[in-house]
Amino acid sequence: MLTLFYHRKHLQWGHERQNWTMEQWKKVAWSDESHFLLDHVDDWVCVCHLPAEEMAAGCTMGRRQAGRGSVMLWAMFCWETLGPGIYVDVTLTHTTYLKIAADHVHPFMCTVCKNSSCLGVSGSLIPADAESFRCFRESQEFVEKYEGALGKGKGRKLYAYKVMMMKKWMKFQRDFENFRTACIPWEMKIKEIESHFGSSVASYFIFLRWMYGMNMILFGLTFGLVMVPEALMGRPYGSMPRKTVPRSEQAGAMDFAVLWDFGGYAQYSVLFYGYYNNQRAIGWLKFRMPLSYFLVGVGTVAYSYMVVIRTMARNANRDGGGDDTSFNFSWKMFTSWDYLIGNPETADNKFASITTSFKESIVEEQESHKDENIHLTRFLRVLANFLVLCCLAGSGYLIYFVVRRSQKFALEGLENYGWWERNEVNMVMSLLGMFCPMLFDVISSLENYHPRIALQWQLGRIFALFLGNLYTFIIALMDEINLKRREEEVVKYNMTVWQASLYNGTVDDNSTTSTIPVDPADVPRGPCWETMVGQEFVRLIVSDTMTTYITLLIGDFLRAVFVRFFNYCWCWDLEYGFPSYSEFDVSGNVLGLIFNQGMIWMGAFYAPCLPALNVLRLHVSMYLQCWAVMCCNVPQERVFKASGSNNFYMAMLLVILFLSTLPAIYTIVSIPPSFDCGPFSGKKRMYDVIQETLENDFPLWFGKVFSYASNPGLVLPFILVMILAIYYLQSTSKTYKAANMDLKKKLQTQNEENKKKNKRAALKAEAELEEARNAVMDGERNYIHPNGQLLSRIPPPCGSADRPPAPRGSEMAGYLPGNPRQPGPRRQRSTNSHRY
Amino acid sequence: MGTTASQLPKDLLSEYQELTFLTKQEILLAHKRFTELVAKEDRNDPSPRVPMSKILTLPELKSNPFRKRICHVFSTSESKDGSLTFEDFLDLLSAFSDSATLEIKSHYAFRIFDFDDDGTLDRGDLEKLVNCLTGETDDTRLTPEEMKQLINNILEESDIDKDGTVNLSEFQHVISRSPDFVSSFKIVL
Repeated sequence: MLTLFYHRKHLQWGHERQNWTMEQWKKVAWSDESHFLLDHVDDWVCVCHLPAEEMAAGCTMGRRQAGRGSVMLWAMFCWETLGPGIYVDVTLTHTTYLKIAADHVHPFMCTVCKNSSCLGVSGSLIPADAESFRCFRESQEFVEKYEGALGKGKGRKLYAYKVMMMKKWMKFQRDFENFRTACIPWEMKIKEIESHFGSSVASYFIFLRWMYGMNMILFGLTFGLVMVPEALMGRPYGSMPRKTVPRSEQAGAMDFAVLWDFGGYAQYSVLFYGYYNNQRAIGWLKFRMPLSYFLVGVGTVAYSYMVVIRTMARNANRDGGGDDTSFNFSWKMFTSWDYLIGNPETADNKFASITTSFKESIVEEQESHKDENIHLTRFLRVLANFLVLCCLAGSGYLIYFVVRRSQKFALEGLENYGWWERNEVNMVMSLLGMFCPMLFDVISSLENYHPRIALQWQLGRIFALFLGNLYTFIIALMDEINLKRREEEVVKYNMTVWQASLYNGTVDDNSTTSTIPVDPADVPRGPCWETMVGQEFVRLIVSDTMTTYITLLIGDFLRAVFVRFFNYCWCWDLEYGFPSYSEFDVSGNVLGLIFNQGMIWMGAFYAPCLPALNVLRLHVSMYLQCWAVMCCNVPQERVFKASGSNNFYMAMLLVILFLSTLPAIYTIVSIPPSFDCGPFSGKKRMYDVIQETLENDFPLWFGKVFSYASNPGLVLPFILVMILAIYYLQSTSKTYKAANMDLKKKLQTQNEENKKKNKRAALKAEAELEEARNAVMDGERNYIHPNGQLLSRIPPPCGSADRPPAPRGSEMAGYLPGNPRQPGPRRQRSTNSHRY
Repeated sequence: MGTTASQLPKDLLSEYQELTFLTKQEILLAHKRFTELVAKEDRNDPSPRVPMSKILTLPELKSNPFRKRICHVFSTSESKDGSLTFEDFLDLLSAFSDSATLEIKSHYAFRIFDFDDDGTLDRGDLEKLVNCLTGETDDTRLTPEEMKQLINNILEESDIDKDGTVNLSEFQHVISRSPDFVSSFKIVL
């Protein structure tokens, strides 16, 4: 039996030599052994007969059980000469084989290679025996021992060097591979979970890890190109109004409650948009801060799009062609077990789900539709959807209401209100996100859908809920932005008044200086809506994270502790009864993750600290959720397999990415930046920074070219061409699909044809068999000896037409091209041969 | 734990890496797990054999319905008792590893499903396979009619040459189209 090791060895050997020329092959010595039987045939013949048919006496062959005389010869040859033939008098195993090789190969090579350098011996030395490792080692030793002796002169050194380098390279590759797998974070943790809960739970953690990696890059971008340069090279804290806490807030600027809300010193730091200065170039590096800020904002979005789409494409490639439904039952049978399951409870659930899926598909096969009480079902479904819509609308209104109320609070001053009023918006959003899915779950039990369809509906509804909430939040934020901008106008006016009064007051005392040293904390300033938006998002993320962790602790950990320890003294069985342990909700968790990411994308432009916060959150989540899953969750009742849903999640991520970049881009493009804070202060629009850079830092012609390129006359045709290209690609892909379908159909008809042909051949063979049998009957009648004994006859060539090309028993035949004939398979064959 | 017995020599380790789809860490972990299973008196044996009953206590295999078949398929024991040497064990893990190809995986899957070792999946094999998949308890078991219907459907789909059995090439044909066979035919220590 060829084991996996030898497949790889053979294949590798073949690959290394696939480019050899004829001259090189001439220098190879070939060897094989052959087995000659003296008085019988060792091979076996397949006979085709119908199940009910009896064996024709003439088709069977006798076998001699003992005293089979046979001779085994071993020989080798190469292009130039023949080697000696050796009589093998023992059973050929790897040890005797090596002995023969050692005794004869070397002298043979020495005689052959006098005039030319020989490269090696044939791959026939690779043994194919079950005691694989020892054998392999021996043969390797042998080759190593004689390797040097086989080459002569110049070629020898070169060859030895080549072999050495090859070995070194392979070792390096292996070490590198080891290093790389060791570098993948949390690999062992995820594998442990995978072996307990199956691949679907693990797919969540793999997704989480993927998100972590992406956020790491985003964090690197904002941290390295925006936050660090500003902190190191920008003007220090307290040097100008936008970098100083105003006098009125200074008293409580260091309080924990204020910092927790990202006010006070946290607000006037690199964490938020408002702190950045509009100086064009900072530090000795002449770092273009505003430009860098803008480009990082754009780059974050561009990078995210690229990564998501690339991952989607890779996933699609990997499971491409899985849409074929012609093997529905066979797949259920052969591939439904998840070998990773190592937890008995998961296994039990899996058994149950496999059984139901078998039964379901049998029922589906038997009767396609049974629509009893269709009206009731329809009514219930409509009702359920109505209820869900009510929920969605209610939650949307609630959020809008709360945000408006919070604005009222903010106008009146937050100091007069308690913790709840200050955090109302975030808490309401988090609570809605927590309880609405449960409500949807209850409602969906009305609908009586197939579980998989029910899951999709559930996912879609939660998606709609989150999206609705997010967008209400954004609309409310927009209102607030408009409010702030009106306030800004007032402040701007007041400012000129204030400045005038300042000058007027001081002109009398000191007329020489035009700038008066005023503490920057006292300068009146605008509301800076950008920082406000950033703060809102940061607060939202923090409260969302907190809610997630607290739900985890209460809903999973405390529940598990309660169930575990109160089970001893309770009226009913808690573990299997009502509260029981919680399941790990893969879809909900994935959705939470996706929406969290959406908020990061939306808010990252106004709060550069968001990616850092998110990295932190994901990092903690990884450990906390791994721990929670392993210690207090039970496996899901319905075990879904991970594949197939991967791209579904990715598609949702893409939708969210698109939807979250829309408002961000809208604000960047259409709302003028605040006049006294942020890197773009003093400009009409944020993107003017590009224009400015083009004018000042690039040669004149470049700006000209750019202005021509951005001319609508050029842009419009370009867009048109793009649309045409998309249309063209779409239509070609459609034709490819059609061609694919055609080919598939052709294959199917071919298959049918083959089947028919086979059937016809079988019928024909049957008829022939019948004839032959009749003939035998006749013959028997004729050949009956006077003693009444049957004479042996040569078997008729029955069924020879249908004899399969390769014997059934040797499964590996054809598995490896050029597989040398070995004693191994032959021995194997003898154990299961003679299937008469 | 024997201090010397639990260590793999360096050259052997690199050889195993060359011959399997496993990485260094996985081989070391496998070796650790394997030495834990070896009985005390066999510790000095250079290539100890672990009986099937012990292999089946591994949590990774404990709840697998095909655990006995897996041991039998990978065992090189002469007496066909399903006992494994360390190298057999590595062979098993290698076939079930992430990087093993579909061809190898489907080949071993076929041998695992071939309960009577005759090289084809006939009705008996398929029936045993269904029983393995639906569990031992009576309430999950299929009725004889359902079983018959199911096996008929399977043969209808995958038995291309209509000989009443599924052979290796038919099996691989079916498996190679399946989207999630490779991701689920895995065992990780």
